[in-house]
Amino acid sequence: MNEKYAHITREGLWSNNVVFAQMLALCPTLAVTSTATNGLGMGLATTAVLLLSNVIISSVRHLVSPEVRIPVYIVLIATLVTLVDMSLNAWAHELYKVLGLFIALIVVNCAILGRAEAFASKNGMADSALDGLMMGLGFTAALVVIGGVREIFGSATLFANAHLLLGPAFSFLEMTIVPDYKGFLLMILPPGGFMVVGLLLAAKRVSDQRRAARAQLAAAEVAVN
Amino acid sequence: MKLEELRGKLAYQGLLLGGVALLTSVALAFASRATEADIKAAEAADLKQSLAQVLPGEYENDLLKDTVTLAGKEGDVLVYRGRRAGKVEAVVYRVIGHGYAGNIVCVMGVSREGKILGVRVIAHKETPGLGDKIEPAKAKWIFDFDGKYLGDPVAEKWAVKKDGGVFDQFAGATITPRGVVNAVKGGLEFFAGNKAQLLDETGGAQ
Repeated sequence: MNEKYAHITREGLWSNNVVFAQMLALCPTLAVTSTATNGLGMGLATTAVLLLSNVIISSVRHLVSPEVRIPVYIVLIATLVTLVDMSLNAWAHELYKVLGLFIALIVVNCAILGRAEAFASKNGMADSALDGLMMGLGFTAALVVIGGVREIFGSATLFANAHLLLGPAFSFLEMTIVPDYKGFLLMILPPGGFMVVGLLLAAKRVSDQRRAARAQLAAAEVAVN
Repeated sequence: MKLEELRGKLAYQGLLLGGVALLTSVALAFASRATEADIKAAEAADLKQSLAQVLPGEYENDLLKDTVTLAGKEGDVLVYRGRRAGKVEAVVYRVIGHGYAGNIVCVMGVSREGKILGVRVIAHKETPGLGDKIEPAKAKWIFDFDGKYLGDPVAEKWAVKKDGGVFDQFAGATITPRGVVNAVKGGLEFFAGNKAQLLDETGGAQ
């Protein structure tokens, strides 16, 4: 049982990462990752929705006919996002002013439908909740890394305006790496997003391949001995 | 199993879709009713806060209640008036600039002498990290307008530096500040053109 949870965790965070392995949700990824803070905001909002949608869809999975599952999931996800949007607007207005832009975008995030289809519709509620959480955290980590790289090269800051998202206590995160930097526009605009995603993807592949080769070598040595 | 058989039936699928649509609509309707008042209150508080930012100082009346609607270049303009001793000392209204990605909605406060008391952007869709430097939380740029009026700088200098004016543009974003500068200039021209009505002195002996 523990092994299964560890597997789900590893899948979500690394080996089946939403952005770097499934290559899903690239549209919001490219759109919001001009800074690490924006990436973090989008990631956290998506994680919340992913967790809830996985739990709900897993709980109704026996009732839904396979033939009509896609429209049912889409309606459920869109409703959930709208509910989150409205309640944040009403009861956490300050947070909404920062995250508002991202929340509506979550509806079109295919990672959520992807997890509903690939995992929550086939697994129990606890597993689905963990899967949603880990996929969400993996997505958040990917967005923060992409946003961080683009922000460092694009405007030489890191976590700029984090206090708007997380509160004044987190203003220590905000860093200016090169003062008086003129800015590198390409990195902030969407093409820079494509480049950073591509380069990070290549780096992840190389590291995975090296690890696999090392594991193979070790296995071969064991076999020889 | 019975449920499995049922799931294959067309009628069940139709009813399922209808049921899900009904349930979600009911949930949304309830949520909308439950949040409506709080959202309105939060937005009114936002408006009050942004009015206070562009109208520093105390006024004896409730700004949200002393309003006048006048025809502007881009449709009707709702003007909030702040009074002291019965006299309109300052007015606040919305101006709309055309940015890189749609409209930039600003509020500006103008004193009875026609000087800008403050400008704030309340809604825009400009590029994060580039055009969003018009927000006071991200850059000090918007404060450059404070104290300016038609005459300082002179009309042809009411533009970004790239167009021969006095206002800075941002590295990589000229269209956004140009839109805001033009909107503010338009706002001052609106003030000059409607001064009597704005200051509620149409009937006075002037």
